[in-house]
Amino acid sequence: MDFLMSEREELLRKSVREFAESEITPKIEAMEKTGEFPVELMKPMAKMGITGIIAPPEFGGVGLGYLARTIALEELSRVCAAISMGVQVHHMAIFALNDFGTDAQKQRYIPPLAKGETMGVVAVTEPSGGSDVVGMQATAEAKGDKWILNGRKCFITNSHTSDFWVVIAKTAEGAKGLSAFIVEKNHPGAKTGRVEHKVGLRGSNTGELVFDNCEIPKENILGQEGGGLAVALKTVSEAGRTGMAATALGIIGACLEEAAKFASERMLYGKPISSLQAIGFYLAEIFTELDICRLLCYRASWMKDQNMRSDTENAMAKSYTCDAAVRCARKAVEIHGSYGILQEYKVQRLLRDAVVTVPAGGTGQIGKVVLARAALAPYKKK
Amino acid sequence: MKRVIVCMKPVPDPKAWDRLKTDPVSKTLIREGIPSVVNPLDKHAVEAALEVKDFFGAEVVLLSMAPLDTRPVLREVLAMGVDRAVLLSDKAFAGSDTLATARILAQGIRNIGEFELVLCGNFTLDGSTAQVPSQVAEFLDIPNVMHVCDMKIPKAGHLLLTQKIEQGFVKLEAEPPLLLSFTKEANKPRYISFMEILAAEKREIQIWDNAFLNIDKTLIGLEGSPTQMADLLLQTKQRKAVKLTGKPEEIARELADKIHQLGII
Repeated sequence: MDFLMSEREELLRKSVREFAESEITPKIEAMEKTGEFPVELMKPMAKMGITGIIAPPEFGGVGLGYLARTIALEELSRVCAAISMGVQVHHMAIFALNDFGTDAQKQRYIPPLAKGETMGVVAVTEPSGGSDVVGMQATAEAKGDKWILNGRKCFITNSHTSDFWVVIAKTAEGAKGLSAFIVEKNHPGAKTGRVEHKVGLRGSNTGELVFDNCEIPKENILGQEGGGLAVALKTVSEAGRTGMAATALGIIGACLEEAAKFASERMLYGKPISSLQAIGFYLAEIFTELDICRLLCYRASWMKDQNMRSDTENAMAKSYTCDAAVRCARKAVEIHGSYGILQEYKVQRLLRDAVVTVPAGGTGQIGKVVLARAALAPYKKK
Repeated sequence: MKRVIVCMKPVPDPKAWDRLKTDPVSKTLIREGIPSVVNPLDKHAVEAALEVKDFFGAEVVLLSMAPLDTRPVLREVLAMGVDRAVLLSDKAFAGSDTLATARILAQGIRNIGEFELVLCGNFTLDGSTAQVPSQVAEFLDIPNVMHVCDMKIPKAGHLLLTQKIEQGFVKLEAEPPLLLSFTKEANKPRYISFMEILAAEKREIQIWDNAFLNIDKTLIGLEGSPTQMADLLLQTKQRKAVKLTGKPEEIARELADKIHQLGII
């Protein structure tokens, strides 16, 4: 086994860190106030290769793979998790298009995403929920040379900052009745609905997509008719869970930095509070969680890079890291005492952001359903 | 413009300065275990060189005198878009003062071959002498402009430079060959792109030792350094509490005076 990062990966981390610290930090205050994603960062991120990191070079990407993506998202999130959230969902769309798209679809839709000209969207969740994918209500009906879409999608990341969306809808009943489509925002009947105002990850755009007799060309089906469940599940598992986990991982790293810095500077009883064992134990716990989560996240991404099936590892990385981010952020806030609840201190944002990672990108509980199934598999009676 | 050479010094990471120690005999910094980073001002020199490359297609060569384990730092600069790198590394170079360092760098530049520009950062974060660029220019017998805060090249072979001086700016026109050293206002160094990281893996780092450079050993290293460090002290920062007493208005006045004296307002 080799746990060392390569020179390439270290350099990639350093470059994203420098970019995030210099270019994203000045945007955070406005993002927190307005709840808007700074789309002007997409072009500079594209220039660095962040937006197209998993896109193949023939479609304008870099093709660096999933471990590189996890490191990049971790570093973005260390500075601002909302940016990481927007970018990781952007990658999900690239994943879906690249894995299920025709050559013509890839040529048309992946390059603008890789170049940061627009943002990627994968729309599965509906007002009734996202976990029960098969129970969705949105429909798509074949009519001549078009598909007619009706329904609503909600809690959709990048809904209002994108020019086209990967949308899952029902073409028939049952698990084999779902299909995926590429809907452009100027297709007749395609609309954006309300924008949500979240408690955390405020600067990532979340909103509704509305399809009112929306007409899309017949060739805009993504994958096979009836293959929408596979598009949704594979995209959520292989790109969504790992991306969400990387976002939470960045939050944990930031928690450790903020907590350790504050504990070393804050004086109590004539000494820095880091010398108090209660504080030291909290720091030790955050420190350990960071390492556990790094190992989980990097393993899952590495497996994807090796073309290994990693659904269990993705679910483990996602559910554990997002829960750990909440635990660590809470401890970081507590270490700060009353300062921790002031808006001037970063830790309050870390806690709010961490809380949002748990239900996002496939809930933590659904992740645990996957894990329970994997744990019980050897004991299943035939 | 055919070739621009950029000098870069790997310096101890400022984030690890609290762990820095000095050799009690040579009074030089003990760098083992301390990560090295690109000297911040040198990045501005690299950016200036890359802008020349972008406009005129010049080859950009990175030159550094440092231990072999600093190669990842050179790789980072290559990933900014530099074409190739030369690392001057030999135990005989250790302990060189600014004069001996400049002599070694100048010999490295001569061996790289013809050039139009040699670009440097104005000073390094660790030594802060700002002597090396001028000394290199002197060894190469070319003009040198320090404190360059703006460089424009309207056409190849004609440079418009702005030099930052204490009370203002000096506008200069110059022709290559030249050595320029840059301030942080000169430009905004580019971020490393992933595409360039991949490209840099294929770019060469040549290692040249003194057997290759063939400099008289009495002119380099500790022996060839006319200046020796007498002592080196690390700056420490401490909080200091001052208690003001008296009537509220007296305390307020004294507090305002102190804040003013400290230059805060």
